[in-house]
Amino acid sequence: MKKVHPLLVRATHWVNALAVLVMVMSGWKIYNASPLFDFSFPNDLTLGGWLAGALQWHFAAMWLLALNGMIYLAYGILSGHLRRRMFPVTPGAVLRDVFEALRGRLAHADLSVYNAVQKAAYLGAILLAIGLILSGLAIWKPVQLYWLASLMGDYEGARLLHFFCMAGLILFVVVHVAMVILVPRTFLTMITGKLKHG
Amino acid sequence: MDSKLKNHEGALLASVERRLFLKRGLSLGALSLLAGCDLTDQLTYDDDVQKMLTAMSRWNDAAQAWLFDPKRLAPEFPERMITNPFPFNAYYSEDEIRMVDAAGYKLEISGRVREKRAWALPELYALPEVSQVTRHICVEGWSAIGKWSGVRFSEFLQRIGADLSARYVGFKCADDYHTSIDMATALHPQTQLSFKYAGATLPPKYGFPMKLRIPTKLGFKNPKHIVALFVTNEYPGGYWEDKGYNWYSGS
Repeated sequence: MKKVHPLLVRATHWVNALAVLVMVMSGWKIYNASPLFDFSFPNDLTLGGWLAGALQWHFAAMWLLALNGMIYLAYGILSGHLRRRMFPVTPGAVLRDVFEALRGRLAHADLSVYNAVQKAAYLGAILLAIGLILSGLAIWKPVQLYWLASLMGDYEGARLLHFFCMAGLILFVVVHVAMVILVPRTFLTMITGKLKHG
Repeated sequence: MDSKLKNHEGALLASVERRLFLKRGLSLGALSLLAGCDLTDQLTYDDDVQKMLTAMSRWNDAAQAWLFDPKRLAPEFPERMITNPFPFNAYYSEDEIRMVDAAGYKLEISGRVREKRAWALPELYALPEVSQVTRHICVEGWSAIGKWSGVRFSEFLQRIGADLSARYVGFKCADDYHTSIDMATALHPQTQLSFKYAGATLPPKYGFPMKLRIPTKLGFKNPKHIVALFVTNEYPGGYWEDKGYNWYSGS
């Protein structure tokens, strides 16, 4: 039995999955109250019933998302987990592994070692989550945190950034879940942490 | 958890549909339908979940009060950035705007204040005037920049001898709207009892004869057509707040 994911990483992964689900579903309802673009999200995919309910969910789950994310990052940085798993990652290595993956040659023998595409994708997801939290704070408090909002083009700029970070994170989740379906044993390792014949 | 979420969605569908009617600004019939039912009843769809969400909303009130810096000013903008036309927004449609008679108008004062006499419009207009060009942010997400003029609310509270250590200031409006704010925000230098929009007398659609302009709070915390205000230590709630919007709703 080979250890793939430490307990803290597994725990924060699933708490994060729940928090992101609530944030996205309630966030889509909030978006629908005043759409930025010429479309709305299907009501069946939203949470909260109406705007006030969606806001209550969004501003409750934001604490879970932020606290859980901070625990994960603090652990990842202090234990060296992030450095070992995610680095080094170079653009050349990412390109090479993308081509390898497209030709079906990317090896998944050792699940505790990430290929360059995985590293880039996971780091990207972390950065998108940070972008979502910072732009979300700027939308929530454009006066008290004006220094933050002004970095993003004030309130309306922060709204756009929040939207595009969400879109990027959704893209990540779609690819991530597709990959898990293609390599199902990765799903179990994120629960048990271990892999047989690893 | 999953089934709980589904129940909650289902039970609220009726309320959503009514909201849609409301947003489309439909007929008096749709509005009387709304008035005839108690939305807060429907919001208690699942007691445990709703209790948790309400508790988090109260926690967020406290977090925002803690974040609020009484000296930090909302950004002001050049007049060329004013949104034209400035959007009308209320819980009713534009053809139902209340007309307040200027001659008979009195602003009633009550609660923890020394001078409880009512104020007529000429007396209010004689108060020292300040102006601001600030961003109005709606709870729905959109924002618009406008110019308001009137008296600093802190100045008015001092003139009526309000108990500035009280917790809340509440407002009752001619359109049956009501809301309330914390004293710290009431005393903020940009919180303004506004009598003018864009340099002219506040038109009915923006809240004649007066609105409370608070650039540090969301739009629905800026009551229009105010006819009475009171200072109190007992939580007064508000029209939308009682339906589930966060009470503090600071910016």
